[in-house]
Amino acid sequence: MSTDFTYDLTIHHAPDEGGHFLANGTLFGGSFAAETLMQPLKEIETAFFEAWQDEAFQQERLSLLKHYAGRATPLYHAKRLSDELGGAQIYLKREDLNHTGAHKLNNTIGQALLARRMGKKKVIAETGAGQHGVATATVAALFGMQCDIYMGREDMRRQAPNVFRMKLLGANVIPVDSGTATLKDAVNEALRVWVANCEDTFYIFGTAAGPHPFPLMVRQFHTVIGQEARAQCLAQAGKLPDVAVACVGGGSNAIGLLHPLQDDDIRLVAVEAAGCGLETKQHAAALCKGKAGIIHGSLSYLLENDEGQVQPTHSISAGLDYPGVGPELAAMMESGRLDVDSATDDEALAAFQTLTQVEGIIPALESSHAIAAGMRIAASMNPDQIVLVNLSGRGDKDLGTVMDKLAEDAKEGDQ
Amino acid sequence: MSRLSDVFARCKSNQRAALVSYLTAGDPDLTSSELLLNTLADQSDILEIGMPFSDPMADGPVIQAASERALASGTHIQDVFRLTAQVRQQHPDLGIVLMGYANIPFVIGFENFAKQAVEAGADAVLLVDIPPEEGHICDGIFQKHGLDRILLLSPTSTEERIQLVCKHASGFIYYVSLNGITGANMGDMEAIQQQVNHIRVHTDLPVCVGFGVKTAKQAQEVGHFADGVVVGSHFVNTIPQNISNAEAINDALKDAASSMKEALEA
Repeated sequence: MSTDFTYDLTIHHAPDEGGHFLANGTLFGGSFAAETLMQPLKEIETAFFEAWQDEAFQQERLSLLKHYAGRATPLYHAKRLSDELGGAQIYLKREDLNHTGAHKLNNTIGQALLARRMGKKKVIAETGAGQHGVATATVAALFGMQCDIYMGREDMRRQAPNVFRMKLLGANVIPVDSGTATLKDAVNEALRVWVANCEDTFYIFGTAAGPHPFPLMVRQFHTVIGQEARAQCLAQAGKLPDVAVACVGGGSNAIGLLHPLQDDDIRLVAVEAAGCGLETKQHAAALCKGKAGIIHGSLSYLLENDEGQVQPTHSISAGLDYPGVGPELAAMMESGRLDVDSATDDEALAAFQTLTQVEGIIPALESSHAIAAGMRIAASMNPDQIVLVNLSGRGDKDLGTVMDKLAEDAKEGDQ
Repeated sequence: MSRLSDVFARCKSNQRAALVSYLTAGDPDLTSSELLLNTLADQSDILEIGMPFSDPMADGPVIQAASERALASGTHIQDVFRLTAQVRQQHPDLGIVLMGYANIPFVIGFENFAKQAVEAGADAVLLVDIPPEEGHICDGIFQKHGLDRILLLSPTSTEERIQLVCKHASGFIYYVSLNGITGANMGDMEAIQQQVNHIRVHTDLPVCVGFGVKTAKQAQEVGHFADGVVVGSHFVNTIPQNISNAEAINDALKDAASSMKEALEA
């Protein structure tokens, strides 16, 4: 369904001038960046606000979202799944049907248009699961830009199909070996490269984190998710959802879904990766288990020790395997507007299988965390209530991981 | 007068630029680090003591690896303070700058951090990822404890930013000579000199130049127009090149530092 949708282009709940989101006396966000990046960041901020007010920019962006990405994405009533659970009705926002198979393209289309407007010929990006890398490589191909993607070597192994897709699209994929060789290290490396090349290079940041204006900008490009879902739910179910659920790594799909719903009477739930369990050290649940910290340019929640050293994380899904979280989500949690929940590797894997078998939809492992929590929440509610779950991406990229994990579990079961 | 201004006054009277040296505390291990920091301090006017951090976003591979070695060998922030105090004890006139990333003082608390830094004998703090815009979280506290806050300027800094940074900085201005990370190749010397002269229009603070100074010749050239020359990766590099032999590292570091010092005195 690719009907015309009217988006609200007003910027609601803007941060202060410095990009801070105030909650409980703490200024989340900001620009904790090296001096060399301060001016390039200011230039992006100015260009973004100008572009956002520019009708031609918005027309081109919305036209690409419609005709290239395939928006609006459907809202699907997962009736069989809902019936099986016997609780609330589960509605899935089908971001997996967005071109390239995840919500990520909403943001890369916006930032690539901005990069072109600013006269930048080259784009760089970090990626974890590879979805943002693919979405960046895609728009780079579309706009004829040179593209370098930084990816932790461990993630390249976990998400090999996406590495191949990026290469096919003409991007260079540069392995990152430092630190834990995952998403946070890819961000470090992309930041280093950007510092040295900020004059001709645009850093397409992949999540609603990083220094100002990235959290604001990425959010604005993703609010199409929540705006559509809100209207679609009203149209299809005749009312708003009672609960809205999204998975959180850095938090771009979550802020995109939840931000436009925050002024409604809807319970908002962010689902983090509990990995092997929140009681272990093997998880990536910054909101559930972290505390305030400064990383990658902003003040937010962070998994760190008592001396501020960032701690290694674990999740079965590369896209959630990140020790930080976007500052606005941290502020929303701090102010009590956002509830946090989590799903373990095993719960996500079970949800992955359930959705596949009951609805014929293979979700990304990241999104499977939201499905797992959404199912759990729905089961405790009444059939006349609605749980909206963001199905942020499709699971083709994860087939290798799931295959290995299921084989491993079967082997353990035999013993 | 603060100890840092004494250092620059002394260098000025000797008609030479200050040698500002960097090593990461705890690299390659705590015992060797005490020796190495003191060796480097012997040859330097100002010593920047790096606080190892898990995610050194503004550093090149050499200093990243230094942070990893220091953390792997069990360096905690208390060790950084202890090493600082040991250097201070042996070098009463040395300028000491604690250098690193925001998250460490933020998490242990800026007040707590500042108090211990002063007790250990530090004169100033350089936090790479706290630009003047975010100084609200620490400036008041550092000021109260008499710690200078070193701020950076770079080739991307506009006129407006130069003014902003000069207004908030104390101790000295650290001019990053290139758009890049520590240890990269040095930019064009003439352009650097022009920028330094330009910064001086806005401030009476000493201006030191760093990022990319690797040879004695470069140090000498920079020393002709800057108040201080910062050498980091070049010194840190002596550690992996002689790893597992503390004495060899110490000799290599001593040589590297004394040749830089001589270049500035020449």
